[in-house]
Amino acid sequence: MATISLPSTAAASRPGFWQRFTKGGTPYFYLIPAALVMAIITFYPLGFQVWMSFTDYGLANLRITAPAPNWVGLQNYIQIFTNNLTIEGFNFWPTLAFDLWWTFSNVIFHVALGILIAVALNTEGLWFKGIYRAIYILPMVVPQIIVATVWANMYDPDYGAINQGLTWIGQWFHIAPAVFNIRWLTQIDPPIPGIPLTLSYFALLFCNIWLGWPFMTIVATGALQSIPKDLYEAADIDGASGSQQFWRITLPLLRPAMVPASVLGIITTFNLFSLIYFLSGGGPLHATEILLTEAFRLVNEQHLYGVAAAFCVYIFFVLLALTLLINRITRATESYDV
Amino acid sequence: MSSQTLSVGNVVARVRGQTAGSSAAGKKLTLGRQLALQALLLFIAFTVLFPLLWVVSLSLDPRNIGRPTDLRLIPPGASLQAYIDVIKQPTINKIDFVHLTLNSLKLAGGTAFTSVLVAILAAYSFSRFHFRGREALMLGVVTVLMLPSVATLPALYVLLNHFVITNPTTHAILFNLRDSLWGVGLAMISGMLPFAIWNLKGFLDTIPKELEEAAIIDGANANQVFIQIVLPLAVPAIAVTGFLGFMSGWTEFVVSWQFLTKVSDHTLIMELYNMVGQFAGNTPWSRFAAMSMLTALPVSIVYLSLQRYIVGGLTVGGVKG
Repeated sequence: MATISLPSTAAASRPGFWQRFTKGGTPYFYLIPAALVMAIITFYPLGFQVWMSFTDYGLANLRITAPAPNWVGLQNYIQIFTNNLTIEGFNFWPTLAFDLWWTFSNVIFHVALGILIAVALNTEGLWFKGIYRAIYILPMVVPQIIVATVWANMYDPDYGAINQGLTWIGQWFHIAPAVFNIRWLTQIDPPIPGIPLTLSYFALLFCNIWLGWPFMTIVATGALQSIPKDLYEAADIDGASGSQQFWRITLPLLRPAMVPASVLGIITTFNLFSLIYFLSGGGPLHATEILLTEAFRLVNEQHLYGVAAAFCVYIFFVLLALTLLINRITRATESYDV
Repeated sequence: MSSQTLSVGNVVARVRGQTAGSSAAGKKLTLGRQLALQALLLFIAFTVLFPLLWVVSLSLDPRNIGRPTDLRLIPPGASLQAYIDVIKQPTINKIDFVHLTLNSLKLAGGTAFTSVLVAILAAYSFSRFHFRGREALMLGVVTVLMLPSVATLPALYVLLNHFVITNPTTHAILFNLRDSLWGVGLAMISGMLPFAIWNLKGFLDTIPKELEEAAIIDGANANQVFIQIVLPLAVPAIAVTGFLGFMSGWTEFVVSWQFLTKVSDHTLIMELYNMVGQFAGNTPWSRFAAMSMLTALPVSIVYLSLQRYIVGGLTVGGVKG
C-alpha cells in the first residue's frame, strides 16, 4: 500500500488513500442537507402514508381541529384488491392490466422504430442527414403536457386536424367526408371486434409513438456510430446479406445502449400520467385509465385519502416488482460476447 | 480490452478509406435506394412536424371562429391577436400572463435551484467516499427515485394542510402551507431531489479522480477539493440537472392542481388545463394554441440546445450502479 514506485499500485491503494482523507465524518457532513430534506418531505410523508392507508382518512378529517380518522385495518387494501369500492368505473385489476399492456405496446414500437430510423439515417451517402436529425429531435423537446393538449385538439371529431386530414386524403378516393367523423377519444365500441381496446387507446398509442421514438433513435444513433466499420467489411467479404448483417452485427452491438434506454422507457411509459390525463382523460368510461390517473382521481375527485394512500402503496409494490423483473430479464440475457 | 480492438478497427477503416475510396460500408448508395430512403425520411419528417405546424397555424388564426374548418399552414389574414389576448388574460380567471409566468418561474426556478444545491453535496459524498451506511442510504434514494409524484400526493396533501396560521380571535385561516406556492414547492422538491442526486452522482462517477488525488497530495482538504475541483468540473452536469428540474417544475400539474385554490397562485400549466379540460367551455382554439406556444417555446429552445448533454446524462445515470 505504501509503495509508490510501481504505477499499478496507485490504483490499488486508492480506497485507503481516500479513507484516510475522509476521516472526521466528511461524507456525512455533505449528506446532512439531503438527508434532512428527504427525511422531512419524502420519508416521513411515505411513512405517514402507510399509516393513512390503514385509516378511513377523508374530507372530514382534513381540518386540524377535526377528529382523527378511524383505524380500519386492512379494509382499504381488501376493498381495492377485491374491487369492492363503490366508485363508478374504479377497478384495480383491469387498470393494472391495461397499464402493463399500454407500457409493453408502446415501448415495442419506440424501440423498433427508433432503431430502424436510426439505421436508415446512418446510411452512408444519404442526403440531408443533418436536416432530418434536427427535425426528428423536436418531439422530445416539447413539454409532454403541451403535446397531449395539442393532440387532444387534433383528435377533435369535427374540427381536429386528424379527421380533416383524413377527409382531405379521402376525397381523392371519393370517400364521403362523413366517414371520417371519427370520435377518436369518445367512441365506446372497440374498433377491432373481439379486442377490448377502445379507439382512444389507439389514439393515445399514436401520440405516444410520435412522442417516444426520437429518444430511442438518438440513443441508437450514438451506439451505431461506435460500431467499427470493418465488422461490416468482413461480413461483406464472407458474403453476408444486408439483413444478416443487421441481425448478426447491428442489433447485438446496439443492445448495450438500447437496454438501459428501454428500461427508462418502460418506467416512464408506465407512469405516463400527463399524456393520458390530458389527452383521453382516462376515458371513455375509464377504459384508458392507468394506475396513476386512478390514484389522482381518488385524491382529487373522491377525496378518499385513506383509500388513495393504500392505492399508492400498491403502486409502489407494482413498480418495485416491475423494476426487479426488468433487472432480472436484462441481466439474464446480458451475456453477448462481442 | 474491447475498446482497444475497436479503436484499432477504426484506424484500419480510416486508412482503407483513404486508399481505396469509401469502400468501407461497401456498396455505393444507388439512386433508387437514395430516393426511396428520402421519401421515407421525408414522410417521417412530415409526421413529426404536422402537430407542431398545426398548433403554430392555429395560434395565428385571426378569424373570429371558435374552430378551424380547413387545414392551412398560414390561415388567411394571419395575425398575432391571439397572443395579445392571451398575454392580457388567458382564461376567465382574473390573472394575467405575466403573473402566471412569475408563479411558474418561482416554482420551477426555486425547486430546481434548491434540489440541485442539496443534491450536488450528496452526490459528491456518494460518488467519492466509502462510509458506513452508504449502501443503505443509496438504496433509500433509488427506492424513492422510481416513485412518481402522484404516489406521495395523498400524504403530502394531508400533512401540508396541517401547517395553518389562523387569526387567534376570528379563527379565520390566514395562511395554509398546502394552499401556497411554498407548499407546492416543497412537494415538488420531494419528487425532484432523488433524481437530481442520482443524475449528478452518475455524472461525478465519470470524472476521473486523478486531479482530486493530486490536490489531496498537495494538502487540500475535502472542502477545497469539492469547491475548487469537483464543482467547476460538474458545471455542465449541474446545468443539465438543473434544467431538467426546471422543465419538470415548469410543466408540473398534479401537485399544483391539487394544492392551489387561489387564482393568484395559478401557474401556466393550470391555466392551460383550464383552456382544454372539462371546464374549457368555448375557449377559441387560437388562444389555446397561442398559450401552448408561449408556454412551450422558451423551455423547448433551451432543451434543444442542451439535448446532447441531456440524453448522455440520462443514459449514464441509468447504467451506472
